[in-house]
Amino acid sequence: MGREAVTSPRPSARARRERNAGLAFISPWIFGFLVFTAWPIIYSAYLSLTDYDVLTDPSFVGLENYERMVQDPQVRLALWNTLQYTLLQVPLYVVVALALALLLHQAGRASGFFRTAFFVPKMTPPVAVGVLLLLLFNGEYGLVNEALGALGIDGPSWTTDPDWIKPGLALVSLWSVGAAVVILLAALQDVPVELYDAARVDGAGWWRRTRTVTLPMISGALFFVTVVNTIAAFQMFTEAYSAYFGAGNSTYANDAALFYVIYLFREGFAELHMGYASALAWLLFVVIMLVTAVQLLVSRKLVYYEGEQR
Amino acid sequence: MSAATQRRRWTRVPVLVALVALTVVFVYPLVWLLSASLKPRAEIFDNRLIPRHPTLENYLTVWESAPLALWLGNTLVVTALAATAVTVSSALVAWGFAHYRFRGRGPLFGLVLATMMLPGAVTLIPTYLIWHQLGFVGTHVPLWAQNLFASAFYVFLLRQFFLSLPREPFEAARLDGASEWKLFWLVAVPLCRPALVLTFLFEAQASWTDLMRPLVYLQDTSTFTVPRGLKAVIDQFGPGGESQWEVVVTASVITTVPMILLFFAGQRYFVQGIATTGSKG
Repeated sequence: MGREAVTSPRPSARARRERNAGLAFISPWIFGFLVFTAWPIIYSAYLSLTDYDVLTDPSFVGLENYERMVQDPQVRLALWNTLQYTLLQVPLYVVVALALALLLHQAGRASGFFRTAFFVPKMTPPVAVGVLLLLLFNGEYGLVNEALGALGIDGPSWTTDPDWIKPGLALVSLWSVGAAVVILLAALQDVPVELYDAARVDGAGWWRRTRTVTLPMISGALFFVTVVNTIAAFQMFTEAYSAYFGAGNSTYANDAALFYVIYLFREGFAELHMGYASALAWLLFVVIMLVTAVQLLVSRKLVYYEGEQR
Repeated sequence: MSAATQRRRWTRVPVLVALVALTVVFVYPLVWLLSASLKPRAEIFDNRLIPRHPTLENYLTVWESAPLALWLGNTLVVTALAATAVTVSSALVAWGFAHYRFRGRGPLFGLVLATMMLPGAVTLIPTYLIWHQLGFVGTHVPLWAQNLFASAFYVFLLRQFFLSLPREPFEAARLDGASEWKLFWLVAVPLCRPALVLTFLFEAQASWTDLMRPLVYLQDTSTFTVPRGLKAVIDQFGPGGESQWEVVVTASVITTVPMILLFFAGQRYFVQGIATTGSKG
């Protein structure tokens, strides 16, 4: 039967068969999209207009949650903390990833070994990273301050001084820079050697070659790493939560480590303010979309894409 | 050997020295953690690499004070289910998008990409309410069942691999009367095995290390996964609790070691896979 359908030109039957097969294969995603993406988005928009504690039915309150949000000092604090952390962490992370990738690129055949060494820490569960943060960055006994002391620097109280909480978290995040390094290194290895040779013939030194050849050629990968990491930084949760929040009464650093998703999580699941937490989620969504849109606009000017076709 | 290459070889020495130093910085915390887990309580903060009085006592203490075997078992089951489910479902969907032409395919795939940008926090609460409604809160089901319906990132990744396959073998097999399912299962899947292994490994890591979902969905200590359990250990023995750091450190090691093993088991998939993520992204 299949043979006949092909030899006799009946494109509509064939097209129908192809469509049915295609839809059958993607049907799990269609179902998942409707139930776990589309519905939650619609439902959370509705919930954000209600008062809901899970135990009793939601009651409609109009824009009350949003009005409350604008006045809530905790929201302002959480947003400000998150913004500060993002502005600190993302540039630091991208620059370090780029530096490590450039270094690895110079290492020649040995680069595989070092790449592995940089990548392994990325496997550490974030909760354990939170533990390492508390221990290694301990102001009095921590290894970090001991090392700084050896250099004659009096290290700060990373885990208790509110001013140093975010820098500590940003520094510890560098420990999982490995994935970004791997991505950037792959991009570096894709840069055609002829471009460097041409630049060398023109008498360009290492810095000029990097600035005029390397960076433009890997700008796509740099952009990818920046966007993905910005979205992740805005949703900072696990490391800060495991180190500074919990069932215990460890409230000493809470205000400085109150990131937006931590506040959302506590409002939703500790206080059972599901309506308010939904409104908070929408604000986060809008903020992240705006930031991503701005990054996309900027990238139009800065990112160079080869005329590659898919 | 030309003078130029010789010069280049010499400039490589400082690069290698820097890389060795950085490797120490990157690996040291893991070694520190392991070493600390073998020290008695008083020596945890002595920052020595080799414990002065090495002991396995912390492991016994942890084993007695927290149901770690149970937590490890829970995590293993959840991780296996989550990774298997997402690999199979994402492969099906990616194949549907890569191989078949049908009306609306482009916009639908655009939707897949768009959901990748959606912050998880936005759907957190309504998704919780779905599982609450279905009566699954408190069980492991919410930790993996969503993976039955494919995940945008893996669909994107696998589609790239499926697109690179030539079409001719499939047309030929189709003429021989092979069903669409057979084409997928017996031809496409074996050809893309590395990408499928990669998907499995990525999701296994994500699932094993996740804290957010276990925090949201699990209440009873006996149902905890290891990261959730580790958080409970931190709360009980950490700075806000009894300050028995040796217990926290040892539980951290037990949570981390399986991931290190997973990495070395699938090393080349991890590194190559992440490299392709960036260049195709």
